[in-house]
Amino acid sequence: MSVTTEQLADVATLARLKLDPQQSQPLTHAFNEILSLVDQLQALDLANVAPMAHPRDESQRLRQDKVTETNEREAFQAIAPDAQEGLYVVPPVIE
Amino acid sequence: MEMQSIKQLSQALSDKQLSAVELTRHYLSSIEAHNDQLKAFISVDEDRAIRQAIQADNMLASGTAQALTGIPIAHKDIFCTKDLATTCGSKMLANFVPPYDATVVRKLDAVGAITLGKTNLDEFAMGSSNENSYFGAAKNPWDTNCVPGGSSGGSAAAVAAGLCVAATGTDTGGSIRQPAAFCGITGIKPTYGRVSRLGMIAYASSLDQGGAMARSAEDCAFLLETMAGFDAADSTSSNRATESYSEQINRDIKGLRIGLPRQYFSADLDPKVRNILHDALHELERLGAELVDIDLKQADLAIPVYYIIAPAEASTNLSRYDGVRYGYRCESPADLQDLYTRSRSEAFGPEVQKRILVGTYALSSGYYDAYYGQAQKARRLIAEDFQHAFKEVDLIAGPTAPGPAFALGSKTSDPLAMYLEDIYTLAVNLAGLPGLSMPAGFYDHRPIGLQLIGNHFQEGQLLATAHQYQTLTDWHSHKAPVFAGGQL
Repeated sequence: MSVTTEQLADVATLARLKLDPQQSQPLTHAFNEILSLVDQLQALDLANVAPMAHPRDESQRLRQDKVTETNEREAFQAIAPDAQEGLYVVPPVIE
Repeated sequence: MEMQSIKQLSQALSDKQLSAVELTRHYLSSIEAHNDQLKAFISVDEDRAIRQAIQADNMLASGTAQALTGIPIAHKDIFCTKDLATTCGSKMLANFVPPYDATVVRKLDAVGAITLGKTNLDEFAMGSSNENSYFGAAKNPWDTNCVPGGSSGGSAAAVAAGLCVAATGTDTGGSIRQPAAFCGITGIKPTYGRVSRLGMIAYASSLDQGGAMARSAEDCAFLLETMAGFDAADSTSSNRATESYSEQINRDIKGLRIGLPRQYFSADLDPKVRNILHDALHELERLGAELVDIDLKQADLAIPVYYIIAPAEASTNLSRYDGVRYGYRCESPADLQDLYTRSRSEAFGPEVQKRILVGTYALSSGYYDAYYGQAQKARRLIAEDFQHAFKEVDLIAGPTAPGPAFALGSKTSDPLAMYLEDIYTLAVNLAGLPGLSMPAGFYDHRPIGLQLIGNHFQEGQLLATAHQYQTLTDWHSHKAPVFAGGQL
């Protein structure tokens, strides 16, 4: 499989990235090279193989639904680009 | 300061031949002298290091010292350090000061190890040469025109140049083992789940694992046994009991069966690398190991599977960088979408953006089954391949990388050539196995590593095997041309 520059721009939108117009041609080329590298997997018949998500086939441990963390809002918001009165500040979403 | 082991330094500290403060000042001045040339460190915190050294001297005086008390180390700049900038080699986190410590950092602090600073890496650990660092590439102390490997290249260069005794690293597809090989040091990536990932900035969460980098296997043992262990705050952390790797380091390897995958020693392998590895394997035979030819029939699948799974997980993990809660934010965003898109596009480097795009594509509707689903299934074949091999042998040996460290800039324009650097290391992460690289010889004055792969939780066996080899050979104690010597 391969993608066009327009299709790659759509993927970029999904990833909240914007392609540099100067770079979109070479990037599409590099992207398609990676697809050609991984495309050999398409030829494998893996219908009877179960997918593996954890490298030791373990499932994640669940914990008790209890609050164990203390509230560190001030420490966390101190490193935010813009926070005021305990809130993260972003541009208006609704006019 | 000649090349002293942790054991020797620890003895000297407890015998009061030197203090932790003196030792720390020595390493700080070595960094001062060589870091401009090597760019091994992104940041150095002298005040913090001296404060920790004073505490270590108190521990030594009060009899509460352990092996790592007063030993100056460095952390890959992917481990969060409270109140000390943690950049992950990215413009995105260039000003990020974490409000908490990674578990690995906390554990090493607790035994009195000293943090000299944070080492250079490829941005978000994505790379095999360190050239993807926003702060400029680290250089190889064996040849400063060559890369130190990646992504833990700064840690490898710092250890090889004598700028710290040991360092932490992380390994998602070879990022501890390949730089260890390129810089002539020993590095171990433990079993998935052995070392807590809390506070270790995520790249690909089903592959990422922290580990140890040092001159010798014995030094790695001291570091890793302190880093390892269950962490309730990491849901993928193993609750299996920890072991003292340093106590079992003298285990002999008589009768140990070492498998040599035909696929790793194929006709494609550089003959010079092959000769070096054969000599090393012969030494292991002299120590009583038995060499057995084996097959890893799915070896060719490792690269395609990795380059779907790692980018897919990366695209998910890196979605957290939105310019809102922490990290870089663009100037004067027009609206919320513009804030997200421009913050990410301006602050992520080209390789990171490319992997996010590949991952987003592989996970997108209509392509998920063909790419991500198929890769997860093929991943099982790779894991089963190893389990099949471990029915016949105790360990597997092979090259760490196809060749020695390559020249800076020589592969940056050919991403596929760069990806092939990891051909011998990727499968180990996909199968969650422990892997170690140790120096085994030189190729045109540049070090070559031998990789040892064990079954799950066989770190003790890997370290003991490497230690036995290192008692018989001295490749690990050769000094790089750029090396901070000098007397205390």
